[in-house]
Amino acid sequence: MALASRRTRSANYQTLALNRFLVIFSFLGIPLGLYLVWVLWPTLYTFYLSLTNWDSFTPPVFVGLQNYQYLIADPEFQHAVINNALWILVFITVPTAAGLALATVLNNNLRFDRFLKVAYFLPMVIAPVIIALIWSWIYLPQQGLLNAFINQVLRLLQAIGFNVDPKSAYSIGWLGDPNLALIAVMAPAVWRQTGYVMILYLAGLKTVDAEVVEAAKMDGATGWTMFRYVIFPMLSPVTTIVVVVSIIDSLRSFDIVNVMTKGGPVSATEVLANYMYVKSFDDNRLGYGAAIAVVLFGFALIFVMMYLRQVMAQEDEGTA
Amino acid sequence: MSLAQPAQANKVAREKKFRKGVHPAIIVIVWFFALLWLVPIVGAFLTAFRTFDDLNEFGLFSIPRVFTLDNFTRAWNTANLGQFMLNSFIITIPSLTACVLLSSMCAYALVRFRFALSRPLYMMFVAGLMLPFQMLLLPVFKLSDDLGIYNTYWSLILIHTAFQLGFCSFVLRNFMRTVPPSLFESAVIDGATEWVIFRRIAFPLMLPGLAALATLEFTWIFNDFLWALVLIQDTHLKPVTTGLANLRGQFTTDYPLIVAGSLVATIPTLIVFFGLQRYFIQGLTVGATKG
Repeated sequence: MALASRRTRSANYQTLALNRFLVIFSFLGIPLGLYLVWVLWPTLYTFYLSLTNWDSFTPPVFVGLQNYQYLIADPEFQHAVINNALWILVFITVPTAAGLALATVLNNNLRFDRFLKVAYFLPMVIAPVIIALIWSWIYLPQQGLLNAFINQVLRLLQAIGFNVDPKSAYSIGWLGDPNLALIAVMAPAVWRQTGYVMILYLAGLKTVDAEVVEAAKMDGATGWTMFRYVIFPMLSPVTTIVVVVSIIDSLRSFDIVNVMTKGGPVSATEVLANYMYVKSFDDNRLGYGAAIAVVLFGFALIFVMMYLRQVMAQEDEGTA
Repeated sequence: MSLAQPAQANKVAREKKFRKGVHPAIIVIVWFFALLWLVPIVGAFLTAFRTFDDLNEFGLFSIPRVFTLDNFTRAWNTANLGQFMLNSFIITIPSLTACVLLSSMCAYALVRFRFALSRPLYMMFVAGLMLPFQMLLLPVFKLSDDLGIYNTYWSLILIHTAFQLGFCSFVLRNFMRTVPPSLFESAVIDGATEWVIFRRIAFPLMLPGLAALATLEFTWIFNDFLWALVLIQDTHLKPVTTGLANLRGQFTTDYPLIVAGSLVATIPTLIVFFGLQRYFIQGLTVGATKG
């Protein structure tokens, strides 16, 4: 009797566990399946591809670490790494500082602040490709907006007696000159990123504890002191996110570079994301491209870990 | 009258308090840069309405002789912009729908059932959002080819759905965690199955989060360039992003046409942004400020 009831009970548990599994599976099966096949497996497979020679027509041939050996000696790759580092440096400083400053100012309920916010944020809504196309036009030597503007300025200077030739403005090749191209390509990226950072900080400022600010005010903190020692420390979770997102976005910068310069002239604007594409699809060296992707992934991973640690910490706080 | 006055005084006092500390010079600087920020867009707009000859002859800063819609009609008709726009919608709408539905299921399961894998799965999604696309590019290209969907809308719909699933599940799961579990438990006691709870309780609760996500995802998928570049080869299947980039190759010197096309291609995302601005900004910040 007791035995029978125990048996049915354990059988019940088994059916319950099976039911539970089936229910969970009915929710997670399709999304997880898609994610595993289209995201997780490809990520792992790229590691394997980076150890092969592959021209996309014949099957990949295993060659060990050869691609990585070539990479180390590849001057274009070195250019790409340096440019990526510069890109990161600019991205974590310029738009971050500008976005934080804007958020701090616009958090004061200025008149027409909605218009101001939209003005700064608008580039974020436009596709990077379209930004690249519009800025390519801005940079055109003869018909572009920038040189036409410089021409106007030079004319003005000439009119008040300076010895300048306004026509010379039209000879500036923003995207053609290796010394100017990288800055010219970064400008639209910064233009786009600043509004994003501003929005993140504005959201962060909303969560700043008003009581703490009041208390600091009582203690005589004002202006810069208030910002530096009270508000900025309270924004540190947002700052972490902004820095990580900026770095990841720098590593992802593909659209603007690919459309504006394709990495040229003479790899002056080459970045890893574009170099990976060019090697894989223009030169048909997909194994080599995979090796570049792995390097890119390695850089991204360092910063993703930083982000994950913060998410985990918040997670533990949340459950406690 | 007597009622309105204290309210007025109150308002003035409040404005005074808020405005205190912002130096007029700073306000001038913020306005200057805001207008500067708009220059590329306004400049593009003005160029798109002018003729090529007018620009060539008199320069950009001349007063336009004629305003013309010619660049827009040429972009739409000869450059096939209409087809590109249609393709973008054919790709974006199913991806968006599938992604939002599947991730709401995913988020529900991750919050409702505390099983051994729920946390690792969550971490996988978080890590996935930061993945460089380049890491998936070649295997997805190969997989699409092997499945016979390379160079079809399906290849883009599948990768967008799968990739964006990670971000959406992450956001929705955090959204769902704010719902008290007792709500679901009492429904179980009333005899509701999990799918009924999902449909009747969880999904409606997720709607505000879904709205924020959908606006954001719409622009991300609509604005995608890299995947379309790798997975679509035929010109008549291209979405507007790679379509426009392709046009530049054909109409190299005809910049008013390219600029006009670019502006038209931005209209859908602008409509989404201005129509659903509140949700859009919520979506952008939800992943960043909440864990």
